[in-house]
Amino acid sequence: MSVNGPSVPGPQEPPAAATPAGGAAGTAAGMSQHGGTASAQLRRAVVVGGNRIPFARTGGAYTKSSNQDMLTAALDGLIARFGLQDERIGEVAAGAVLKHSRDFNLTREAVLGSALSAETPAYDLQQACATGLETVLGLANKIKLGQIDSAIAGGVDSASDAPIAVSEGLREVLLDLNRAKTVSRKLQVLSRLRPKDLAPDAPNTGEPRTGLSMGEHQALTTAQWKITREAQDELAFNSHRNLAAAYDAGFFDDLLTPYRGLSRDSNLRADTSLAKLATLKPVFGKNLGAEATMTAGNSTPLTDGASTVLLASEEWADAHDLPKLATVVDGEAAAVDFVHGKDGLLMAPAFAVPRLLARHNLTLADIDFFEIHEAFAGTVLSTLAAWEDEEFGRTRLGLDGAFGSIDRTKLNVNGSSLAAGHPFAATGGRIVASLAKMLHAQGQVSGRPARGLVSICAAGGQGVVAILEAL
Amino acid sequence: MSDKYTRFVSHGFGKDIAKRLGLPQPVALRRYETGSPVIEGPVLVQGSTAGADDLAATLLAWNLDVRRHAIPKEKLGAIILVLDELAHPGDLEKPVLTAATSLRDLAPNARVITVSRTADSATEPATAAARQGVDGLLRSLAKELRAGATGNGILLADGARTTSPATLGALRFFLSGRSAFVDGQFLTVSSGAGQLPEAVERPLAGKVAVVTGAARGIGAAIARTLYRDGATLILVDIPAAGDHLAEVANQVHGTALQLDISRHDAGQRIIDHAAARHGRLDIMIHNAGITRDKLLANMDAGRWNSVIAVNIAAQLRINEALLASEHLGDAPRIVSVASTSGIAGNRGQTNYAASKAGVIGMVRATAALIGERGGSINAVAPGFIETEMTARIPFATREVARRLNSLQQGGQPGDVAEAIAFLASDAAGGISGEVLRVCGQNLVGA
Repeated sequence: MSVNGPSVPGPQEPPAAATPAGGAAGTAAGMSQHGGTASAQLRRAVVVGGNRIPFARTGGAYTKSSNQDMLTAALDGLIARFGLQDERIGEVAAGAVLKHSRDFNLTREAVLGSALSAETPAYDLQQACATGLETVLGLANKIKLGQIDSAIAGGVDSASDAPIAVSEGLREVLLDLNRAKTVSRKLQVLSRLRPKDLAPDAPNTGEPRTGLSMGEHQALTTAQWKITREAQDELAFNSHRNLAAAYDAGFFDDLLTPYRGLSRDSNLRADTSLAKLATLKPVFGKNLGAEATMTAGNSTPLTDGASTVLLASEEWADAHDLPKLATVVDGEAAAVDFVHGKDGLLMAPAFAVPRLLARHNLTLADIDFFEIHEAFAGTVLSTLAAWEDEEFGRTRLGLDGAFGSIDRTKLNVNGSSLAAGHPFAATGGRIVASLAKMLHAQGQVSGRPARGLVSICAAGGQGVVAILEAL
Repeated sequence: MSDKYTRFVSHGFGKDIAKRLGLPQPVALRRYETGSPVIEGPVLVQGSTAGADDLAATLLAWNLDVRRHAIPKEKLGAIILVLDELAHPGDLEKPVLTAATSLRDLAPNARVITVSRTADSATEPATAAARQGVDGLLRSLAKELRAGATGNGILLADGARTTSPATLGALRFFLSGRSAFVDGQFLTVSSGAGQLPEAVERPLAGKVAVVTGAARGIGAAIARTLYRDGATLILVDIPAAGDHLAEVANQVHGTALQLDISRHDAGQRIIDHAAARHGRLDIMIHNAGITRDKLLANMDAGRWNSVIAVNIAAQLRINEALLASEHLGDAPRIVSVASTSGIAGNRGQTNYAASKAGVIGMVRATAALIGERGGSINAVAPGFIETEMTARIPFATREVARRLNSLQQGGQPGDVAEAIAFLASDAAGGISGEVLRVCGQNLVGA
C-alpha cells in the first residue's frame, strides 16, 4: 500500500527490509491481507457531523419540493453548521431511489446550488434503501486510501414528487413516431395507440421479479418468524417514544435544520400509545392464512426528506478545527435469493452482520449501539429472531449454533424509521450522523471506544451494514 | 430602502404638496457602504480651545477638508462644536452663536457634533450648569435640523481628551453614514482606552463574534454588518429558526449554532463552540429577544416569564459564563440590544419594557467587571425600525410611529447594526456602560 508513503513495508515484511521501497512486493503483500490487517496502513475516515432536514410524510410539507431542492437544503444546512462556505470538498456522493431521468446529475446539481465551492466534484449512487449508507462507505474508503481528504455523503427521496412514466405502449409509439419520416407513416404509428396506453405508469415499491409489494414480502417473513402483533407494536411505540425524547433533549439541535416550516419529523407521534397502536387494522399479509399483524403503525410510511454526513481524514478535520465524532471502521453488503423464497426480501442484513463482525473478531455482545433500520417493525424482529435461531445459525450462517441475541436497551435508542419516517436514500445519512454523535457522547466502554452497528435492508433482497467506533 | 411616503414627498408633485401643507418631509438618509468617505464636504471645527486645535489637526490627518472659520455660503458637511473648557453657562454664547451663523449652510445629511465634558455631582455648580446646558442645546438643535442632518454629542469624562481613541472613534461614527438614524444622542468617553483600527474599512478584522437571534431582522443585519467589517461569525438562534439561520450563516461565511439561549448551559455551549472552532471569543452581541404583549391587568405568568427569561435572564447567565471563561479574548466587547420601550415605557409592554430596562441596568453594572479584563459593554436601544415585526403593526399606527421622530421615518435594521458594530470595535474601547439610542430622536422617552 502506498498510502502512507512508499517506505512503509507490508505487514509480513521485516522492517527496513532489503526489498525496494514501494516495490511490487510490498504492495502485493499488503493487498493479500484481508480487512483488518491491511487497514493498519490505511488512514482513518472520521465522521465530523451531519445535517438533515426533518422528514415529512408524503403529500405533506414537502409536496412541492424536488429531490434537488431538498438535497441542496440539507447540504446548505451542513455547510452553515461547519462553516464550509466556498470550501472545495474532496467529493460529494448522494443518490435517490425515486429519481427523475432529468436528475441524472442530481448530486452535482445540488452542489452547484449550494454554498460549497463550484469546484467540488460529485457523483450519484443508487442502491435502493442502502444508498445513503453505501455513499458513506464508498467515500470513507476513498478517504482511507488517501484519494480524498474530505467528503459529504448523502441521500434524498421524495415520494411526493415522484417521477411518473408513460405506459410502455405509449412510449413505444412516441419513439416510433419520432423515427417515422412521412405523414402516412406517422399516422400509421399513431393508429396503434389504444386508450389503455394513455394511463400513466406510476412508481410503486413492488419487486419486479415477484410482483409483490415490499409490505407483502415482509408479511411473508413476519409470518415465517412468527413475529407477534404485540411485539411489532411495542417496537413501533419505542421508536416514537425514543425519538420524541431525543427531540425534547435537544439531541437533534446540531443534526437537523428546519425546512419549509417543519422543525420535527412530521410522522412522529409523541403521544402515541400501545393501546392506540393496537386499534389499527392490518394492511399487509391479509391473505396469508395466518393472522395479519402488520399495520400502518408498525410499518414505515412513504416519506420525503434528505440527509448529509461530513466525512474527513483526521488531518483535514484537525486543520479545519472540526470535531471528530467517530470512525467509519468497515462495511459489508449482502444479498439473498428472495425470488425463489429461500430467504425473506429484507433479510440480507441477517447475513451481512455476522460476516462483518466475524471479520473483526467481534460478537453482538461487543456492540454498544444497534441502529437497525425499521423498514417494518417485523423486519427488525425477524432479523433478531433469525440471529437467535439455532437452526438458522447452523444451516444458513454456518455457525455452531445461534448467532446470538442483542440487549434490546441498546437498540435504536433515539428512535428510528418507524417514528422518523424513511425517505429511502436519506435513511443511511440520518443513522450514521446520529450514531456518530451518540458514540462520541458515550466515549469509552470498558476501556475501548464505544462501538455502533448500522444495519439497513434494501429492495432487491439486499442489505448493507457498517461498524462505527467512537472518537 | 425608504418607505412609500418618503419616496412620494422626495420630488416633484409630492414634494410640492408636502411643502404647501406643512407635511413631514423625510429624506433618504446617507448610509455607509464599504468605501464611502467619512463625510463629504468641508468640516467646520468651531471652538478655540487647545482641545479644538488638537482635534482639527487630527481631522486634517484623516484627509478631511477642515475649516476653523466658516466661509459664508459654502456648503458644510459637518460642524464640530468643541466646548471642552466651559466653566459657566455664559461661556456657551460665543461658540454657539458663531456656529449658528453656519447652520443654514449645512448640506443635506450633514452632521452637527458637540464635544463637551460630563457633569456630575462632584463638578463645581457653574461648570456643571454649563456642561449640562450642552445637553439641552444639542437635543433641541437636533430637532431643528432638516434634510437628514443629525446632531449628536460626545461627552468626555475626566481622563478622556478630544483626541482619545474612543473620542475619535465616536466622532468618525457620528460623521459617517453609519450613524444615519442616530440623532439627538450623546456618547460618553470614559477613558483613554481603545484603539483605532489599522484598516478603517475592516475595523473588526481578526475578531470572533457571536450574534444571537441572527436568523432574521435586526440580528441578520448585525451579522452582515459585522461580516462586512471583517469579523468571523458564530450565529445563534433557536433550532426552529435554523433554516433562516443557515441562510444567513452561508451569506456571511459563519457557522450556525442552533441553540435556545434560555437553556441553562447556553453560555458554555457558545464558549465551547467558539473555542473549538476559533480558539476564543472576542465579541458577544445579545440581540435575541421576544415580545409577548398584554396589558398588565391581563398578564399571565407564561407571557411574563418567557420574556424575562429570554430577554434578560439569558443575557445575565451568558455574560457570567463569558466573564468566567479563559476563552474570552483580550479586549472583550459585549453589546446588548435594549429598546426605547425600556427607556420610555410602552403600553402593553410591561414585561418587555421591564426586561429591556433590565438590560440597561445590567450593562451599567457589568462595565466595571468587564473593565477588569480590558473590555467594554454597552447597549443599543432601537426605536421604530422597519422589520417584519413592525410591518405587522396596523397601517395607521405604523404610519404615525414612523413619523414621530426628528428624521420623520423608520430606521433600517442596518442602522441598529452599524451602532452595534461601532460599539463592538476597539475604536469604542473607551466607551462602556453606555446606552446608545438608534431612534432618529424619537419624541418619546427623552
